[in-house]
Amino acid sequence: MNTFEVELTPAVYLDLALLTMLVLVAIAMLRSRHLFAVVMLSGIYSLLSAAFFVSLDAVDVAFTEAAVGAGVSTVLMLGGMLLTARREKPVTPGRAPTALFVVLAAGAALIYATIDMPAFGDPNAPANSAVGQDYVEQTPNDIAVPNIVTAVLASYRGFDTLGEVMVIFTAGVAVMLLLGAGSVRGGREVSDVDAEKDENA
Amino acid sequence: MDHLILKVTTKLLFAPIILFALYVQFHGDYGPGGGFQAGVIFAVAFILHAFCFGLAETKKVLPQKALVIAMVAGLLFYALTGVATMLLGANLLGYDAIDPQSTHHAGQHYGILLVEWGVGMCVASTMLTIFYHFTGREPDIDQEDW
Repeated sequence: MNTFEVELTPAVYLDLALLTMLVLVAIAMLRSRHLFAVVMLSGIYSLLSAAFFVSLDAVDVAFTEAAVGAGVSTVLMLGGMLLTARREKPVTPGRAPTALFVVLAAGAALIYATIDMPAFGDPNAPANSAVGQDYVEQTPNDIAVPNIVTAVLASYRGFDTLGEVMVIFTAGVAVMLLLGAGSVRGGREVSDVDAEKDENA
Repeated sequence: MDHLILKVTTKLLFAPIILFALYVQFHGDYGPGGGFQAGVIFAVAFILHAFCFGLAETKKVLPQKALVIAMVAGLLFYALTGVATMLLGANLLGYDAIDPQSTHHAGQHYGILLVEWGVGMCVASTMLTIFYHFTGREPDIDQEDW
């Protein structure tokens, strides 16, 4: 197996800059106690991830991250925040040596595992050489759709995507059940105020 | 809370956002996008409307009951497309059975469009359902609370 060296082109520096900003935003989110700021920073985090995905030529993923992560998630987090407090309760920093040890050991194991991973952009990496290459070669013959991502998502793995839609549907149903889509008692729809009265009676 | 500029801007942006959602929906074969992204963009148009005119006004435009129907219909649309290809003699979601005579896999195009439409419907209505339920529980946000 021939070795592959990453060239330090401007695009690689851009990737590194974006990743550094991601880490900085994550640290800022950890340190901030103001929940509104945390929600906004999580939106910025998603937007930076989307920019990073564009730089990796994964435009479909970037599009989803920008629309879902930076757009709707931020709005839903804001809605969730309004149901709780504006500020996080102050926490007293405690010492947990076991937890620290587990975190450090797991982190060290993960960093050790990256040594075996193929270099960034290696054309011989399994992701590029094995099944990914097959999709690129076969899609024009099998599906004849220009966007290979759509071909994989909706046709090759259509059953998988059906499962994903079911997950989204289940999430919607779960929210309706938990937050109450107008409770029904004895076949009669009652508002929340009536429900409280019934409980107090 | 009466922001004239925001209201006028929202009215101007509302239709183009929905048009863009439909573009993303139907051009998923050719460019980035598809049902998931289109559904979210469609939902965002109504979320923007709710921010500007209040949730009660948005619920008049798009009631919660319609959303529940759209949620179920989207999922069923996807699943029944798969069942239809089975009835035509192929595997589940084997789109080539839709147009077996085609030499350029037209059946795949039809199948992907149908399935993505189901995805878009389900995603858009689910996002809006979650949004309705989260924001419907508190009174309007005070100016000071921001």
